Amino acid sequence: MGPKHDKLQLVADSKWDDAQALAVITEHSHLDGALLPILHALQETFGYVDARCVPVIAGILNVSKADVHGVISFYHDFRHAPAGRHVLKLCRAESCQAMGCESLVDHLASTHCLTMGETDATGALTVETVYCLGNCALSPAALLDNELIGRLDATKLDAIVMDATGMRS
Amino acid sequence: MSVKIYVPCDAAALSVGADQVAAAIAAQAAKRGEAVEIIRNGSRGMLWLEPLVEVATQQGRMAYGSVQASDVAGLFEAGFIAAGAQGAAAHPLALGLTEKIPYFARQQRLTFARCGITDPYSIEDYVAHGGFVGLEKALAMQPAAVVEEVTASGLRGRGGAAFPTGIKWRTALAASADQKYIVCNADEGDSGTFADRMIMEGDPFVLIEGMIIAGLAVEATKGFIYIRSEYPHAYRAMNKAIEIAQAAGYLGPSVKGSGRAFRLETRLGAGAYICGEETSLLDSLEGKRGQVRAKPPLPAIVGLFGKPTVINNVISLASVPYVLAHGAKAYADFGMGRSRGTLPVQLAGNIRHGGLFETAFGISLRSLIEDIGGGTQTGKPLRAVQIGGPLGAYLPNQDLDVLLDYEALAAAKGMVGHGGIVVFDTSVDMAKQARFAMEFCVKESCGKCTPCRIGSQRGVETIDRIIAGVERAKNLEVLEDLCTVMTDGSLCAMGGLTPLPVMSALNNFPEDFNKSAPKLAAE
Repeated sequence: MGPKHDKLQLVADSKWDDAQALAVITEHSHLDGALLPILHALQETFGYVDARCVPVIAGILNVSKADVHGVISFYHDFRHAPAGRHVLKLCRAESCQAMGCESLVDHLASTHCLTMGETDATGALTVETVYCLGNCALSPAALLDNELIGRLDATKLDAIVMDATGMRS
Repeated sequence: MSVKIYVPCDAAALSVGADQVAAAIAAQAAKRGEAVEIIRNGSRGMLWLEPLVEVATQQGRMAYGSVQASDVAGLFEAGFIAAGAQGAAAHPLALGLTEKIPYFARQQRLTFARCGITDPYSIEDYVAHGGFVGLEKALAMQPAAVVEEVTASGLRGRGGAAFPTGIKWRTALAASADQKYIVCNADEGDSGTFADRMIMEGDPFVLIEGMIIAGLAVEATKGFIYIRSEYPHAYRAMNKAIEIAQAAGYLGPSVKGSGRAFRLETRLGAGAYICGEETSLLDSLEGKRGQVRAKPPLPAIVGLFGKPTVINNVISLASVPYVLAHGAKAYADFGMGRSRGTLPVQLAGNIRHGGLFETAFGISLRSLIEDIGGGTQTGKPLRAVQIGGPLGAYLPNQDLDVLLDYEALAAAKGMVGHGGIVVFDTSVDMAKQARFAMEFCVKESCGKCTPCRIGSQRGVETIDRIIAGVERAKNLEVLEDLCTVMTDGSLCAMGGLTPLPVMSALNNFPEDFNKSAPKLAAE
C-alpha cells in the first residue's frame, strides 16, 4: 500500500487546481441542492474530490465544513484520491452472484494480482465492487469507464485487464 | 428507398456489442451500395437475444439475434434487407417477425408499449405511437379529476412499497404551498431489476409525460429525476430527452401553451443504495447525506425543501400516461385482487431467457420462470428464487406456484418489490446468501437507526458463527431475535426487511446452515 499510495498522491497534487476547482463550484452553486452536482463535477474534472475544496464549498453554499465533509464521506462514489487511469466496477449483487461473479473476483486476484478496491502497481487500473448495474439478464456485469459489459467471463476479463494495463497493444 | 434497420441503443444491448453491430451494418451496406437507415431503438426486452437486430419489411419487423459484428456480412449475404420478402428466414439467427416471438407475443405491454419500437429521441415517433394523448386529456381536466382517474386505476407504487399512487397525489393536491414538487425515484438499486433503466433509455418521453401529468394533477411546477450514478446511459438519455421536450414546448413556463408551467431537471445519485428509500432520496436531492427521515410528516405534505412533494418510482409515473389516455378502467381491467394493471417483471440471474416481461398481475412465478424464462441458464435444477430485490425473500422451488400479486406474495412471506426475479441453481449456498443480505445492510445502512446500523453488523457475525458450527442452536436463537428487533425497530425498509432474505434462507434451506461439524464457543 505504501509506495503505491505515495505515487497516487503525487498524481493528485499535480492535477488538482484550486482556481479551476473554484470555477467548477461556482458554475454549479445556483442549482437546487447544489452539493451533489458540485461534487460530481469536481470528480469529473479532477478524478477525485480533494479535501482542500471543503471550506470553499462550505463558504459558497453557506453550510458548515462538517456538512460538506459528511456528504463526501457518506457516498461511495466520491474519491479522496485519484483512481487508476481506468476503473473497472465489477457487479457483485445477487443476480451476478447467481452467475458466478465471485469466481471472477478470485480470478482477478489469482491471475492478475488485483484486489477489489485497489489499483494495480502501475496506476493503470482500479477494480471496485458495485452493487447492480441494471444488466441482470446478462450477468455477470461490469462497468469499464462508463462502458457497460454483459456476460462477463474470465476470457473477457483477461482482455480488459491486458488492454487497460497496456500489456496488449 | 432505404431499408430501416433497428439496432438497440439500450445499455444491455450495448453491453454485448450493439454499437459494433450497428457500425458493421453501416460499413457493409456502404460496401454493397445498399441504402439503409439505421435506427437506434430501445430494447424489446428480450435481453438474451441482444443485440437484437430488426429489419422493417412489408409484413412487419423481422428479428435476428443475437447478432455479433462478425455475423453482419453473412446476414447481408443471406439477403436480410431484401424488402418485401421474408428476408433471410433461413439464416440461423433469423427469429421471424419480432411480434410473433412467443416471449413478446405473450405480454400485455401497457407501460412498455413503445419501448423498443420507437426511436427514443423522436417526438414525432412518440406522438405517432399514441404519445402525449394522456397529457392532452389531463390538460383539459381539473387537477382533482386527474387525481381521481389515477386513484380509480388502482395503480400502486411500483418501486416496491406498493402504496396507492392516487392517494399520494390526493394528499399533495390537498396541501397548499407556494411551491410543490414532483420527484421521480430512478434510484433503481435492487439487483435483478432494470425496468426503470429500460424505460429511461428506450422511451424517456413516457416518463416525462407522466411527470408533467403528475405536476398538473397536484399543481406542482417543478420536477426532479434522481438517477443512480450506476446508470450513466440512462442519465444521458434523460438529459437529452428533456432538452428535446423543452424545445418542443412540452416542458417550460407554459406546457404546450396551456399557461401552466412544468420544469424538469435530473440529478445524479452517488452510489448509495439507501437513496432509493424516498425520504433518503429527498435528503440527497437537497444536498445532504442520504439519511432516512422519520414519517410523519409525509413527503406529500413536507417533502423536498420542506414543500409538498409527490415522490414516485419511474414505472409508476410511466404508467400514468396510459391511465389518462385509455381511462382508469382500461388499466384496472388488468390484474387481480387489489393488484391492478400490469407489472414489468424482470427475469434475471441464472435464467435462460432473461429480460423484461410486462404482464397483468395474477400469473404464477413458476409460469414466469419456467414457461417464459425457460428455466436456469446453466441447465442445472433451480434451487432458489429471490423476488423483490436484496430485501426480498428467497423462495424454494416448491413454493413457486404462488401468484404474482402483492397480497398473495405477502401471504407467502415474500414481496413483489420492484418486480425483479433472480434465479439460482443448485450451486447456490443459501447460508452465504443470508450472510450477504446482512453484509449488504452493513455497507448500505444510512446509520440513522440502531437496529439497522448495529443489528446488521451483529447479524453478519452471528451467521458466521452458525456457518462455522459455533454453538449453533444458541446462535440461531440470537439471529432470530436479532431479526425480530430489526423488523420491528428499524426506521425504514432497509433494516426492516433485511431479515426477510435472511430468515427465508434459514427457514427454507436449513441444511445449508448446518454443513460444518458443531464446535464450542471459540472464546
